Amino acid sequence: MSHHIVEVEDLHYNYPGGTVGLNGVSFRITHGESVALVGANGAGKSTLLLHLNGYLVATRGQVRIGDYPLTRKNLKIVRRSVGMVFQDPDDQLFMPTVFDDVAFGPLNLGLAEAEVELNVMQALETVGVPHLRERPPYKLSGGEKRSVAIATVLAMSPDILVMDEPSSSLDPKSRRRLIGLLKTFHHTKIIATHDLDMALDLCERTIVLHRGKLTADGPTLELFQDEDLLARSGLEKPLKMQGCPICGKKGEEQTPLPDSKTCSGNRLTG
Amino acid sequence: MTKIGNHFFDIGYMDTLASGDSPLHRLDPRVKLITTLAFIVTVVSFDKYALSELIPFFIFPIFQISLGGLPTGYLLRKVLMISPFAALIAIFNPLMDREILLQIGSISVSGGWVSFFSILTRFLLTVTAALLLIAATGFNTVCTALARLGVPRPFVVQLMFLYRYIFVLTDEASRMVRAISLRSFHSGGMSFKTFVPMMGHLLLRTLDRAQRIHLAMLCRGFDGRICIVRSMKIGYNEVVFAIGWSVLFVILRCYNIPKMLGALVIGFFG
Amino acid sequence: MHMADALISPAVGGAMWAVTAGLIGYSSNKVKKELDDRKVPLMGVLGAFIFAAQMINFTIPATGSSGHLGGGMILAILLGPHAAFLTMASVLTIQALFFADGGLLALGCNIFNLGFFPCFVAYPFIYKKIVGDEPTQGRIMIGALIAAIVGLQIGAFCVVLQTFFSGISELPFGTFVLLMQPIHFGIGLVEGFATAAVVIFVWRARPEILSSAAMSMTIGGLSIRRVLIGLLATAIFTGVALSWFASTHPDGLEWSMFKTAGTEELEQPEHGVHASLAHIQEKTAFLPDYSFKTKTPEHEAEEQPSWPAVDPGTSLSGLVGSALTLFVALLIGLALRRRRGTKA
Repeated sequence: MSHHIVEVEDLHYNYPGGTVGLNGVSFRITHGESVALVGANGAGKSTLLLHLNGYLVATRGQVRIGDYPLTRKNLKIVRRSVGMVFQDPDDQLFMPTVFDDVAFGPLNLGLAEAEVELNVMQALETVGVPHLRERPPYKLSGGEKRSVAIATVLAMSPDILVMDEPSSSLDPKSRRRLIGLLKTFHHTKIIATHDLDMALDLCERTIVLHRGKLTADGPTLELFQDEDLLARSGLEKPLKMQGCPICGKKGEEQTPLPDSKTCSGNRLTG
Repeated sequence: MTKIGNHFFDIGYMDTLASGDSPLHRLDPRVKLITTLAFIVTVVSFDKYALSELIPFFIFPIFQISLGGLPTGYLLRKVLMISPFAALIAIFNPLMDREILLQIGSISVSGGWVSFFSILTRFLLTVTAALLLIAATGFNTVCTALARLGVPRPFVVQLMFLYRYIFVLTDEASRMVRAISLRSFHSGGMSFKTFVPMMGHLLLRTLDRAQRIHLAMLCRGFDGRICIVRSMKIGYNEVVFAIGWSVLFVILRCYNIPKMLGALVIGFFG
Repeated sequence: MHMADALISPAVGGAMWAVTAGLIGYSSNKVKKELDDRKVPLMGVLGAFIFAAQMINFTIPATGSSGHLGGGMILAILLGPHAAFLTMASVLTIQALFFADGGLLALGCNIFNLGFFPCFVAYPFIYKKIVGDEPTQGRIMIGALIAAIVGLQIGAFCVVLQTFFSGISELPFGTFVLLMQPIHFGIGLVEGFATAAVVIFVWRARPEILSSAAMSMTIGGLSIRRVLIGLLATAIFTGVALSWFASTHPDGLEWSMFKTAGTEELEQPEHGVHASLAHIQEKTAFLPDYSFKTKTPEHEAEEQPSWPAVDPGTSLSGLVGSALTLFVALLIGLALRRRRGTKA
C-alpha cells in the first residue's frame, strides 16, 4: 500500500552554523522493508531521521511519505504514520505514569477514553510490560524504559517505525528481548544503529552514510562483507562475522596458541 | 558539597508508599486534599499561646497512619530530622517574651516558652499532615486533584513536569559534581571558577533536552494541551470522611477538650 | 530567606496566599495565551534545573561561606516573567512539600517574595532596561547584579514586614531590618554574580538562546501596573478582613459571632446558624477555664493584644488533659492498626 513508502530525493541539509549535514541523499523504501541506517558518528544518521517526520526541513530536495510530499500542512498526518523512537527514553517519557505516556498519543489523536484504554493496554502487552502501567517513569530500568518508549509510539498505530539507536546502553538480555520484539513487527522499519550485529539480525537491507553522503545501499549481508566499504565509512564487520574470538581463526587461517592448546568450534582444548 | 543525597522526604519513596492499597489510599484524592487543607488551616488559626488545644489534633495523623498502613518509624524520623530548624526559628520567643503565663506548682513558665512549644506543635502537625497526604495519595494524583478543584492548568502541568524531571536533573547534576570532585585535590567546596562552566554546561544540556522532549511531544501529536485521564469518584466513604473530620476540627477548634478532661480528672481526684 | 510557618499569622499568610493565587492565575492565563507549546517542557525542565542547581554550592573566597545560584533571575531571562513566575512557584511548592522549606502557610509568602520581585520587578525594570536588545558581557553582568540585589532587598524587606505584621515573633522591627537587609545585600551580590556568569557562559556558547528567548516574550507594561494595583488591593482587603477577626481579641472570632447574635437589628440569611453557634459560645463562656466572652466593663479595661491572665489551676488541667488526650489518640491509632491487621 502506498502509504507505507518512504522516499527521499536528493536531500540536502545545512546546520544553522553552516556545516553540511546531508549532501544529496536519495533512496526509496517500500512497504514492510526492514532497513538499517549505519555510519560513523556525525555521518548524519540522526539528521536524516529527523527529516522523516518533518522536524527538520531540508534546504534542498524532497521527502515523501506514502502519497504525501512532506509539507507544513500534512505534518500531523505524517507524524501519525511515522512513529519515531529516540535515543534517550527519558526524553520520550515525560508524563507522570507509564499509562499516561502511552495514552498521550491516542489522546492527542482524539480517541475516546475507552479506545485509548484498549490501545494502551495492547501496546503495553506487545512490548511485554502491562504490569508497569501505574509506574512513574523514573522507577523504570533502562530496558523497561526502552520498551515503554516503543509502546508510546505503537499506541498510535503507525505504519512506519523509525528508531534511533534502540539497543544502546541495553544489557545483553534486554537487547536480545528487544531484537526478538522487533522481529515480530510487520511495520516498515528504519533503524539507525551502531549495533551491526543487530542490523544483521533484523534488517535485510542496509544504507551506509558517510559525511552526509549515501555511500552504499543494498543487502545487509553483502555490504557487511565489503571490508573496503566498511573501512571507508568508519565501520567494521559485525562481531559475529569477525574471526573466532579465541584463536582468531578466519576461514582456514590458524594462529598458533600458547602452551600447545588448540581451538575447535570456538572452544579451547588441550 | 551538595545536599542531593540527603533528601528529607525521599521523594521516590513517597511514590512507593502511595502505590499501596488501603482504605485510605482508595479514597478520592480531592477529599483527602481538602480535608488536609482544612486541618492545616484550623491548626494554624490558633493564637500564639495555644498549646493544649492543639494536642487532640494529633488524632488525624495517627488515624491516617493506621488506616493507611504507613510506616510510623520512617515518618517520625523524617519529621524529627527537620524539627531542629523549626526550633531554631522559634527559640527567639522564649528569649524575648519573659512574662510569666503559667504556674505549675513551683515552676513558672514564661509566655515565650509556651509560644515556643506551640510553634513546634503546630509545625509537627502541619508538616505531618502534608507528608501523609503525599504518602497516601502520591504527588501526581494530588496534582490532578488540584486541577479538578480549579487550580489553573498551566500551573498544575508545570508541577507535574517539574516533578518528573527533578530526578533526571538531580542525577545529571550529581554526576557532574562527582566527576569534578574526583579531579579536585583541595579540600573544601567547589570554586566559583569551576562552578560556572559546570552550571553553564548543565544549563545548555537542559535546554537541549527540553528541545528533544518537545520534539517527542510533537511526534505524538501534541498541540498545546496536556490530557490526563483519571477516574475519580466521590462516594459514601468520601462524604463520611470529609464531613466527619471537618466537624471534628470545628469542635476541637472551639472547645479545649484536654483542659476540660484535665479539669474533670483533677476534680475527681482533688 | 524562606519564611517559616512558625512566624506567620493566619491573617498575613492568608493575605499573601490570596495575592499569590491571583498571580498564579494571571500568569497561567498569560502563558496559555502565548500559545508557545515549547514552553511546556521548557518550564518543567528548567524548573528541575533550578531545583538541582540550588543544591550545589560554591565557596566564596575570603569568607569561607558558600553561595549558590538564585533562580528567579535566570528563569526570567530564559522564559519571560509569567512563565518564570510559574516555574519559580512550582519549585518552591515542591521544596515546601518535600523539604519542609518554610511550610504550606508560608508558601504563599515565599512564592511572592522569591518569585514576584525577580520576575515582575527586577527583570523587566532593571535587567531588561540595562541589557536591552543587544547584550554584551558588561551589560549582562551589571544588569544581573543590580537586578538580583534589588530583587532580594525588596524581598527581604517583605519578609520583615510579613513577620512584623504577624506579631508572632518577638524580634523587634528595627533589629530585624538591620539583620536582614545587609545579609541579603551580600546574598544578592553573590547570586547576581553567579547568575551573570552562567548567563554569559550560555550566551557565549549559544547567543541565539538569549535572542530567541527575548523575542518570544511580551511584557505589556501597562497591564502589569493594573495587575499590581489589583493585587495590592486584594492583599490589603484580605489582610484587614482576617486581622479584624484576630485583632485585639484572642478569641475574636467567637467574640464577633456573639456580638452579631446578640444584636437584634442585624439580619442574617443564615440566622439559624449564627444563633446556634452563638448559643454554643454562650454555654462555653461560663466554663471556668474559658476567659471572658461578654463585653463587661472590666473586660474593656483589660483589652490588650496579649493573652489575658490565666489562673494556675487551669494550666495544670490543661497539661493533664493534654497528656490524657494524646494517650487516648494513640490507643485509637493502635486499635485501628490491629483491626486492619486481623482484617488483612
